[in-house]
Amino acid sequence: MTAHQLIFAYLAIAITGLSVMVITRRNPVHAVLWMLVLFVHIAILYLFLNAEFLAAIQIIIYAGAILVLFLFVIMLLDVKDVEMERRFLGLWPAGVVITAILTLLSVIVLREIDVFPPLGQFSIERIRSEGNIMTIGRVLYTRHLLPFEIASLILLVAIIGAVVLAKKRKGVE
Amino acid sequence: MVPLSWYILLSTVVFGIGVIGFIIRRNLIMIFLSIELMLNSVNISLAAFSHYLQSMTGQILVFFVITVAAAEAAIGLAIIIALYRHKPSITAEEVNLLKG
Repeated sequence: MTAHQLIFAYLAIAITGLSVMVITRRNPVHAVLWMLVLFVHIAILYLFLNAEFLAAIQIIIYAGAILVLFLFVIMLLDVKDVEMERRFLGLWPAGVVITAILTLLSVIVLREIDVFPPLGQFSIERIRSEGNIMTIGRVLYTRHLLPFEIASLILLVAIIGAVVLAKKRKGVE
Repeated sequence: MVPLSWYILLSTVVFGIGVIGFIIRRNLIMIFLSIELMLNSVNISLAAFSHYLQSMTGQILVFFVITVAAAEAAIGLAIIIALYRHKPSITAEEVNLLKG
């Protein structure tokens, strides 16, 4: 095993174990904190794939914004301990077994997946010569400009929707 | 060199764990966390394909997935707050107003 494979093996085992920790915690706050560790590991995996920009936004947006939003809502709701006593739905073993079988099938199908030439034009040397962020920016603002603008629209809808949904209505209560 | 299939297998397994969490948990916030887990597993496979195919499209797609995930988290948590105001419980079994 080379050093690359060893590091990948550590990351893979850590990510799988942390995912299991996330979905099995009784207290949602603990689950969110485990998720934070998980996101840091995924960011390291992105660095491993020569995607520095993705590693940065994984930390900044996912860990910095989305998880903090989750923590805020959990603290705001003040869920009683009694409600957290039963963690799982009644039929949870059936759900676990069926999903595990489906995942196993996907693993068997995808075991030998690989890519073949012709490869794209963004080789590691080219990305390294002008920088990951500059390459992404150039592609994003030329070929993918329309989806980029639509993404801003989605964020606008999210802002308005969140305010409208969470606002206290007059007349109700 | 790590083969591409290892990344895809890791992504598949994490996605499966996310689906299990989505199905078996009672707490709505945990269900949302499971959705985030699934989105992240897909991001791993997209980034891996982007690296191995030497194409930037995968990384662009991860960028958009993160944008949509942020929007989804904001809307979803607002819905949970509205729900909690209506009935002080965030258990999936008790949210059955649309059941008829």
